[in-house]
Amino acid sequence: MTMTYTIQIINLLASMLLLIAFAMLTQRRILSLINLFAWQGLVLSLSTFVVAYSTDQRHLYYSAGLTLLLKVLVLPWLLHRLIRKLNVKWDVETLINIPTTMLVGIVLVIFAFNLAAPISQLSESITRGLIGIALASVLLSLLMMLTRRKAVPQVVGFLAMENGLFFAATSATHGMPLVVELGIALDVLVATFIFGIFFFQIRETFDSLDISHMEKLKDD
Amino acid sequence: MMSTDQALGILFQVYQSLLVVLLAPLLTGWVNQCRAWLQNRNGPGLLQPYRTLRKLFHKDAVMAYNASLLFRATPYILFGCMWLAAAIIPIIAVDLPFSPAADVIALVGVFALARVFISLAAMDIGTAFGTLGARREMLVSFLAEPALLMVFFTASLISQSTQLPRIVDALAHHQFVLYPSLAFAGLAFVIVLLAENARIPVDNPSTHLELTMIHEAMILEYSARHLALVEWASSLKLFAYISIGIALFLPYGIAEVGNWGALPLAIIALMVKLILAGAALALLEALLAKMRIFRAPEFLGTAFLLAVLGLLIHFLLGA
Repeated sequence: MTMTYTIQIINLLASMLLLIAFAMLTQRRILSLINLFAWQGLVLSLSTFVVAYSTDQRHLYYSAGLTLLLKVLVLPWLLHRLIRKLNVKWDVETLINIPTTMLVGIVLVIFAFNLAAPISQLSESITRGLIGIALASVLLSLLMMLTRRKAVPQVVGFLAMENGLFFAATSATHGMPLVVELGIALDVLVATFIFGIFFFQIRETFDSLDISHMEKLKDD
Repeated sequence: MMSTDQALGILFQVYQSLLVVLLAPLLTGWVNQCRAWLQNRNGPGLLQPYRTLRKLFHKDAVMAYNASLLFRATPYILFGCMWLAAAIIPIIAVDLPFSPAADVIALVGVFALARVFISLAAMDIGTAFGTLGARREMLVSFLAEPALLMVFFTASLISQSTQLPRIVDALAHHQFVLYPSLAFAGLAFVIVLLAENARIPVDNPSTHLELTMIHEAMILEYSARHLALVEWASSLKLFAYISIGIALFLPYGIAEVGNWGALPLAIIALMVKLILAGAALALLEALLAKMRIFRAPEFLGTAFLLAVLGLLIHFLLGA
């Protein structure tokens, strides 16, 4: 009985994860993008916690806590600081046609769901339907990275993609060994630091964070 | 001969219809009052819509000299459509004799019928504003309608029926289940509700600024009893939409089949839900800003995609 309720809650959280991925895809403001990323982290942490509770696995509690600390508090704080320092807090990005992007997003979701259907049949875990959702949010984040022209939203897209992967790991296989999780968490943290340094370098060289300037690498 | 059950059913059907017609202006008054409070104003009071209606009914109607029969008939058709819609929706009980008459698709059709007539009537006089309002209304509604249908389909897939009473029965009177797909459908429905009832991000119901209005532009030529009926019909429409929302997403408390004893409780539950929904609507309107008319397709496109996403989630998770 409690088992079915936890599955329902995990399903609901998974849907929220996908919903936030969609919201990020259509979001124009950098500040709200980062806030959405923090919310996604919170949903991820909650779902990991529920999986930990329902399967009674100790190390998943740790990874839920780690997610909460890193993706809800530290990374958004870092990004907030970064955009304040870069003075791009109120930047509004002109996106290429949001309705088209959303339609492509829907197609990606259908593709991901179909792709995941045979994979999830191999899995024996209770939450195998979620692989499709995780794959869809990974693809949506990838789409976001492709459609953005500024550097900061691309990095947020990258981090959101990692969220999707992490969700796939916890929901489908009930978590990786703690060592792997720690390693990934540290990698993401370090990556964000390095991206921050890159941002400053890009801006110093091109006077803008628009990465389309980087397509021209020749001196002239 | 009718059995007592049938007689009771008809009695309560009549009761629900009268209740809806009489309560609808009160709901509008409540939403306006909440809005006034949120804007630090005193507000006109809950009964203001009734006073407006009484005033309008006592005036003499003025008609444009080239108004056709269509223009005269439209307020009555509009009012009739909205009343019919409100009679179909299970508001206080599931087992009412009217509700099997039409399913959710027909319900969307009833709303569309009203929309076609009001738009035609707006163009009938031939003023620029009427035509402008009618065109904008059509722009908004042709995007809102598929989203509404998709929301209904999500609920229909869960309950295996397009009849609203069956949907309510499946959602409220069986074992409690969390449906992620309904969360998406709920969001989409809120967007459709805002757009279809001329609420703030799409249209401002209290504006008389010519360039931004949609609904007001269409009814500019109406006066006196005709205007009263149109206003009353908009109140009824808001009531009907909120009732649909309650039936789909918060159906707990609506009386079950054959359980007439639960009716007093159902009415109390309905009041509480309406008060909450009205306050939430006012809060939403206070938080959002009116968007440009050309942003409306994007807004409604979001609703449609959310509803489609709900359907997909239903197929993936089976819930």
